Amino acid sequence: MTAETALPAGAPPDERQLPVACTDLRVSFGTVQAVDGVSFSIAPGEVFGLLGPNGAGKTTTIRVLTTLIRADSGAVSVFGHDTRTAAMLVRHLIGYLPQQLSADFQLTGYENVWLFARLFDLPRGQRDQRVREVLAAMGLDDVRDRLVSTYSGGMVRRLELAQALVNRPALLVLDEPTIGLDPLARGDVWERVRELREETGMTVLLTTHYMEEADTLCERIALMHHGRIRSEGTPAELKARLGPGATLDDVFRHDVGTAIEDEEMTGGGRDVRRTRRTAQRLG
Amino acid sequence: MSAVRVAPPSASADRWSPATLMPPWWRLYPSRILTFWLVELRKIRHDRTELYTRAVQPVLWLLIFGETFSRIRAIPTPPGISYLAYLSPGIMAQSALFIAIFFGIQIIWERDSGILTKLMATPTPRLALISGKAFAAGVRSVSQVVVILVLSAILQIHFDWNPLHLLGVAAAVVLGAAFFSCLSMTIAGIVLHRERLMGVGQAITMPLFFASNALYPVKVMPGWLQGLSAANPMSYEVDALRGMLLGTPSALLLDFGVLAIAVVAGVAAAAALLPRLAR
Repeated sequence: MTAETALPAGAPPDERQLPVACTDLRVSFGTVQAVDGVSFSIAPGEVFGLLGPNGAGKTTTIRVLTTLIRADSGAVSVFGHDTRTAAMLVRHLIGYLPQQLSADFQLTGYENVWLFARLFDLPRGQRDQRVREVLAAMGLDDVRDRLVSTYSGGMVRRLELAQALVNRPALLVLDEPTIGLDPLARGDVWERVRELREETGMTVLLTTHYMEEADTLCERIALMHHGRIRSEGTPAELKARLGPGATLDDVFRHDVGTAIEDEEMTGGGRDVRRTRRTAQRLG
Repeated sequence: MSAVRVAPPSASADRWSPATLMPPWWRLYPSRILTFWLVELRKIRHDRTELYTRAVQPVLWLLIFGETFSRIRAIPTPPGISYLAYLSPGIMAQSALFIAIFFGIQIIWERDSGILTKLMATPTPRLALISGKAFAAGVRSVSQVVVILVLSAILQIHFDWNPLHLLGVAAAVVLGAAFFSCLSMTIAGIVLHRERLMGVGQAITMPLFFASNALYPVKVMPGWLQGLSAANPMSYEVDALRGMLLGTPSALLLDFGVLAIAVVAGVAAAAALLPRLAR
């Protein structure tokens, strides 16, 4: 067995392999250049935040990384595995929470997680135990046999975290995990992510609109706009550049400026539609 | 907050290295199909209303259309077989078709709601995902077989109740539903929107049904329609069903062969268009 195939899914990642290495990534949809030469890397165990306005290219970048779409040029590797040539292996290493609410409302909480345990080929003997384990970790023990259609928005989001964790991912990818949630549920989701990190040392890549949350949760941040990374660094570094007393909000405004108005050009409209749909499903 | 360990130390995690988890393809495909099959059964168990409402249409076809046309005696049937008996395998295939055509709408709904995105990010090849969905449609349509068999028993239609033949009937309906759900998912991959798919779905369902031998023998059709019918997998499905339920002369080997090839082609076409839905 080569070193490449022996990489364990939940074990501490190989020191020599970066969880994410993205080089000069370009993706276009028709005439729109959604991602325009993006390069970044994430260190093992790091919480990395991809920030930016709607249509900045965050979700597109994540979709390449999770093997959902192909880049026009450039490459992304996950723990040293190319997302194009080793897609199945990459998928095994990732736990992914998409922007939209993605739990199946026609199934119970248990069945939702069980489905993913099967799709990740967990050994039959450990499936049931693992499903119960992640549901308990997300505080859904009591409601696991209820249909998801009876869950609150915060519960659905935690259920989706349980789904994303069932395969013991080495990299957790969270695309706007708190979108559409009330402040209480939002705080709860972040609290769970923080706990997870402390317990497992898992690498986390997340996108968010909420600068305050990014500030407290992320160890490193890349600010995207119009398909490019405008600035990158620790929250402290980014703020220091603007002088004392600056917040991440200020950094965001500084980098993005007044350009937010023309977001429609880069697919912001579609993003907004999607967000509204999620909010609608949350009731 | 209780400290529940989400990931145990690396010792046990080693057993979950992707290399050992990933089954070979000949185990992966049956495993994924079984998974989607089981999920579909769970969904049916949680919400049975669709089962009941879906049963209404075939009942109406047999009771109203069937009874009336039996009296008119306008349609020639093989000797010794009533029109009602002749019609019921056709209605069986038709109601399975109506269920299967709904699956394209379902996949668009799953795309809009984010379920599809997440499924596609699991180690499930596109072909396996579509196969799983297709055979889930098959599971749902088997319920229609049961409805029509029960109704036929009540109406005292003389079927061949040989269990082996009944198994073959279920297989033919599953294959038919798998093909038509793939057709629907293929169109979904082209039109991408639910409203458009509903239009296209309705526009093709009727021709698929009427340009087949479901309601009348092929030989009463004009030549051009006979050609259409020969290219319509529905005709082969109905031919197989009639052969097994009524003992009418039928080319079972050809029927199942055409259905199997249609399913393979349908799965390939729908899987090829799946990335359009992921964008």
